[in-house]
Amino acid sequence: MTERRPDVNHVSEFIPRDMTAHPPSLTPVYKTSVFRSQRFPLLSLQNSLTEVTGPVFGQHELGPLDNDLFRNFAKDGDPIGERIIVHGRVLDGNARPVPGVLVEFWQANASGRYRHVNDRYEAPIDPNFGGCGRCLTDAEGRYHFRTVKPGPYPYRNRGNDWRPAHIHLSVFGTGFAQRLISQMYFEGDPLIPHDSILATIPDPAARERLVARLDLGATIPLHTLAYRWDIVLRGSRSTLFENRLEGN
Amino acid sequence: MVLTPDALGYLPETPSQTAGPYVHIGLIPRQAGFAIFEADLGTALVTPETKGERIRVEGRIFDGTGALVRDAMVELWQADAAGRYASPADQQGGKDADPAFRGWGRTGTDFATGLWFFDTIKPGPVEGRRGHRLMAPHLSLWITARGINLGLHTRLYFGDEEARNAEDPVLNIIEQPERRKTLVARREERDGVPTYVLDIRLQGEGETVFFDI
Repeated sequence: MTERRPDVNHVSEFIPRDMTAHPPSLTPVYKTSVFRSQRFPLLSLQNSLTEVTGPVFGQHELGPLDNDLFRNFAKDGDPIGERIIVHGRVLDGNARPVPGVLVEFWQANASGRYRHVNDRYEAPIDPNFGGCGRCLTDAEGRYHFRTVKPGPYPYRNRGNDWRPAHIHLSVFGTGFAQRLISQMYFEGDPLIPHDSILATIPDPAARERLVARLDLGATIPLHTLAYRWDIVLRGSRSTLFENRLEGN
Repeated sequence: MVLTPDALGYLPETPSQTAGPYVHIGLIPRQAGFAIFEADLGTALVTPETKGERIRVEGRIFDGTGALVRDAMVELWQADAAGRYASPADQQGGKDADPAFRGWGRTGTDFATGLWFFDTIKPGPVEGRRGHRLMAPHLSLWITARGINLGLHTRLYFGDEEARNAEDPVLNIIEQPERRKTLVARREERDGVPTYVLDIRLQGEGETVFFDI
C-alpha cells in the first residue's frame, strides 16, 4: 500500500522569490551596504514548516488610535503638516487578499525629523507627532492609516543626498517566508530619481511599484488628502504533484 | 500604486527596501526613546504558563570589517516545546499547540554593546519536508538593519544537540561542513539559565549562512 501520511509539505509552499524584483545585497550607491552585504550566495531552501508558518496577531493587541498618527501622540494639539490618508490592500502573488495580517509603519515628521535618539537633524521635533502606527488588514486585505506627509531628509551617503518623502512599512503574511520591510514614496516627488536607496532596485518597473498614487476618490473634502499603495507578498503554490500521490 | 495581475494571474512581489537606522521608531519605539503603544509587540515570549525549558539566546552582529552592527533588528520565530508552531499552517498530527506561546519575538541590538537576546524556551523537533527526517530543534532569525536591502533569514541550532544536528535535513544541505558551524550556538550556563550564544557575521571570514527561503 502506498504511504499516505498527511502532507507535511503543507497547505501551500511559497513561490520562490524573484530576486530580480529586489535590491541585491551589495549596492555601492548606498554605501552602508558595502560592508553589510554577503559575499557568499544565499542558500536556497525549499520550504519546511518553519518557513510556511508565521505569527498570528489579534485586534485586541492594538489600541484604538494605533493607525491614526494624527492623534496617537497628540499632547496639546494637532501635528503640523499636510494631512493624508494612506490606504491600499495587502495581496499575495496570486492576487488574493491577505486578511488579518499586521502592517506597521514609521516615518519622519513634516520637517523630515525622526523621533529617535540617534537622529540629530536640526529640523525640529513636532511635540504632537510620534511617527509610528500599525493595523491589521480587514477581510478583504485592506489597510489604512492617517498621518501627516513626511518631509525629505538629508543623510550621510553621497555629499548631498536627500531621501524623498517616504514611509517605512513592515508587513507580515501568513508565513515567515513572506516577511517584508519596504518603503513607500509619493507620486510626483522630484527627489525620487535622485534617491540612492530607491536606486538599489535595478528594475525601473519594480521601483515604480513603491510609489503611492494620489487618490482623490479617497480624500475627505476640506479635510484630508489620500494616497493609495497596494502591497504584494509572495504567492503560494498548491503542491500539484510532488509527494502527493492522492492528487491535488 | 494599484496593481493588476499579469496574463497568468500573478502579481510581482513588492520590492524590499532597507529598514534604515530608525527601524526602532516603528517596531521597537521604546528603544527609539519614546512610549506610544500600550504594548510593544514581541518583547516577551514567555509567560509563567508557557511549557518548556527556559533558555536565553544571545549574540552580536558584525559587519565585513569586524565592527559591531548596533542598529539592527532581530526577529525570532520558533516552535513550542512540543515542536509545533502557533500557526494555522502547522498541520502536524498529534501535537497540540501551547496556548501560552506565540513563538515570535523581536528586539534591537543594543546601541552601546551591540548585543541582542531573547528569553524564550527551547523548541522541540519539527517534522521535516515529506520524506525527510525530523528537523533538529532550531530557531528562525530574521535580521534587518541600515545597509541591509532585503531582510536576512538564518537559523540558530543548539550546540548541545549534536546527534540531532547531525541528522538535520537543512544543516545537511550546506555543502561545506565548516559553514554549518556558523548556525550552531554555543551553550553556556549563566546563573542556572542555559544560554546559547550565536554571533552573526554578515560578510567575510566566518560569514553566517543566510537562506533564500
